[in-house]
Amino acid sequence: MLILEADRLSITFGGVRAIDGVSISIASGQVFSLIGPNGSGKTTLLNLISGIYTPQDGSIRLAGETVTGFAPDQLARRGLSRTFQNLQIFSRMTVLENVMVGRHRHERTGILADMLHWPSVARQNESTRQAAGVALARVGLADAAERPAGSLDYGALKRLEIARALASEPKVLLLDEPAAGCNPVETQEIDRVIRSIVKQGITVVLVEHDMRLVMNISDRVHVLARGKTLAEGTPQQVRSNVEVIEAYLGVHGSQEAAHALD
Amino acid sequence: MNLRALIETRLLPAILVAAIVIILPMFFPSGYYYRIGALVFIFALAVVGLNLLMGFAGQVSLGHAGFLGIGAYSVAIGPAHFGAPSWLCLFAGALLSGAVAFVVGRPILKLKGHYLAIATLGFGLLIAIVLNNEAAWTGGPDGMNVPALTLFGWRVHGSDAWYWIAGATFVGGFLLALNLMESPTGRALQAIHDSEIAARVLGIDVARKKLTVFIISAMYASVAGSFLALFNGLVTPDVAGFLGSIELVAMVVLGGMGSIFGSLVGAAVLVVLPQVLTIFQEYEQALLGLIVMIFMIFLRQGIVPSATAALAGWRKC
Amino acid sequence: MAELLQFAFSGLTVGAIYALVALGFTLIYNASDIINFAQGEFVMLGGMTTVFMAMAGIPLPLAALIAIAVTTGVGLALHRFAIEPARGASPVALIMITIGASVFLRGVAQIVFDKRFHSLPPLFGADPIQFGGAAILPQSLVVLAGAAVIVILLWLFVERTLLGKAVIATAANRLAARLIGVDTRRIVDFSFAVSAAIGAIAGILITPIALTSYDVGTLLALKGFAAAMLGGIGSPLGAVVGGLLIGMIEALCAGYLSSSYKDAAAFLIILVVLVAMPQGLFGLVKVERV
Repeated sequence: MLILEADRLSITFGGVRAIDGVSISIASGQVFSLIGPNGSGKTTLLNLISGIYTPQDGSIRLAGETVTGFAPDQLARRGLSRTFQNLQIFSRMTVLENVMVGRHRHERTGILADMLHWPSVARQNESTRQAAGVALARVGLADAAERPAGSLDYGALKRLEIARALASEPKVLLLDEPAAGCNPVETQEIDRVIRSIVKQGITVVLVEHDMRLVMNISDRVHVLARGKTLAEGTPQQVRSNVEVIEAYLGVHGSQEAAHALD
Repeated sequence: MNLRALIETRLLPAILVAAIVIILPMFFPSGYYYRIGALVFIFALAVVGLNLLMGFAGQVSLGHAGFLGIGAYSVAIGPAHFGAPSWLCLFAGALLSGAVAFVVGRPILKLKGHYLAIATLGFGLLIAIVLNNEAAWTGGPDGMNVPALTLFGWRVHGSDAWYWIAGATFVGGFLLALNLMESPTGRALQAIHDSEIAARVLGIDVARKKLTVFIISAMYASVAGSFLALFNGLVTPDVAGFLGSIELVAMVVLGGMGSIFGSLVGAAVLVVLPQVLTIFQEYEQALLGLIVMIFMIFLRQGIVPSATAALAGWRKC
Repeated sequence: MAELLQFAFSGLTVGAIYALVALGFTLIYNASDIINFAQGEFVMLGGMTTVFMAMAGIPLPLAALIAIAVTTGVGLALHRFAIEPARGASPVALIMITIGASVFLRGVAQIVFDKRFHSLPPLFGADPIQFGGAAILPQSLVVLAGAAVIVILLWLFVERTLLGKAVIATAANRLAARLIGVDTRRIVDFSFAVSAAIGAIAGILITPIALTSYDVGTLLALKGFAAAMLGGIGSPLGAVVGGLLIGMIEALCAGYLSSSYKDAAAFLIILVVLVAMPQGLFGLVKVERV
């Protein structure tokens, strides 16, 4: 079943065609990776899919429903969640509270009940806390639950964002450079987390620069260049595509990719 | 055992505040201090509401005295022009403020940062102008008399009566705000403050939440305004003026944005100060401006968070 | 027809002052992204200082020059002591600082001067000139001419001098400007100083017509801001056009609708512009990248 489809998306910023006629189709349960050099439009494409930008041309379908132009919160309620390249952590809240916010779409909330703190609110707080704890444990951050989010190190924050997105129980999870700026140990952690997510049946759309991670974990790889699709296929197909290798993996990158698949 | 633990952690600030309200009069050298106490609690109530909006949800309102004015004039116009009892007008005023907040809030809460600030400023001034001009309803620049509140046949007057009413209402408002913090709505508001885009992506209807907290803060201010008018027995358009809005913001900033307890501190400082400096009435504006500047430049977190941080750091030594 | 002309002229006159205030806003905003709420106080200080200097016996031209100098100093002090130390604060924090400064300056003016209304003698006498059935004060023409001169001088400065180019560069991209050797701190100093001077001159010019007192600043700041927003914040041409438009709208509103609500016109315009067309008449729509 195709869970996410985008048909000839285009968007222009101040004269620059950031995304030009890009189409993708992602089957449920897949790991779908977006690669390409800086400026090729990967994050822009993610922003289009997650409703942060509205495409000027083209359409998007989520689980068969046309969702072009839907706001991010509307998409979230339909099971789409994401992390951010430049960390959007709620730094003044604790680690656990951050993830609790992720449970928002499963919470019942009413202003009067909230302000009067009905027993139902207290009970719900407790179950939210528990669910958040579970998500934290999955990314290995259970010990840090009561710490202020701002005090965590970079790699941990990346995992925190994933936990938060997971807490919303998405059908599709967009990960925007989850391993960016992480050292090899942290990257391995992220790899492990992504695999456990995939095992759960969640569809993952991954934007990454780390070629080893991408080639290891992806079912399909889509290459963007200057806002247009350059190639798409399995990791093997992409890594052996001459154009892709030459222009975007580079000599070093293609060697990494080759080693990764050994 | 479990219940006590729950009460001890969650409700402690409210219990503390209630204790302050109850114990404070024991230290009053004279009856006059009941008046100051009443004023502090009245303003603190408005500040709690504004703090929910500014400190908590991160939205700014430089026209909040407008809602104070709506509440204040409701208990003046209602009895005078409609013969309605004051307590009913108080509720009507709060509802009216909520409705105005709804109508005005929907378009302007979409604005960011300083644009929102200016829009709320413009709104507050519009209210003040209307109150000033519609003399047939509002008595114009000279204002109106406000008949005393009558509760269950008992005519409420006197600083001590108002001390307890304002104090109790403040504790109630404090508790409601505290509850809000520990709820999905509260978490959503804090999330919006820290990262609107992440909040959106997690399914939070940001526009709706902002509007909700705007309406709540308007109603808090309205009740405070009604109390002020009923307490003073008189209301003038100044209550909704620009300086009033700045005073409210100064109280929030002083006490600490996002610190509900700080609301009490901020209100206390800015109500007590003019009383202490009665001889130097003229210096009030200059001092207010100076306080806002100094706090926004050097002590942006405000008194309570700075003090708690300092204490935490000190204990580590 | 004569009535319309009358309103138009008084509208243009007060609009010229709004335009100058709006220009001051724009200058500072372009150089530093700050909305300086104390802009109105510069106008107040220009008028009030001149009045009190004159009352102290100093000849009028000298009093005016001293007033301009004092106000310029205040503008510089505002930047150095209130804005600079808060570098990096959020835009809201900065606007609150300028509001605090505005209240502070009002409070000080209240103490140093007094709370009454004051006037200055008009430059060319008080006899109105008859024009098309309308009576126009000579001082109105002085105000309009003065505003025009200031606008032209500013334009020449920006187009023809190196310092002017530096201001534009700073407005376009602070970091880039610094990288090419522009002392951005000095530029912002300069923008505050010039805004203050413009405000002071505006205050001196308008006092013979509209009087002055310690609290005229607030309303002026708001209307000047409305003008800047209407014209498109950041656009000097917009500031001037916006100012004149608001002045006209106010005068027409006062003449044909209700004079007690004329102040409301500017605030309504602020709200409408902010909600319906935040980029104003001449502003550029900025696209934000996430």
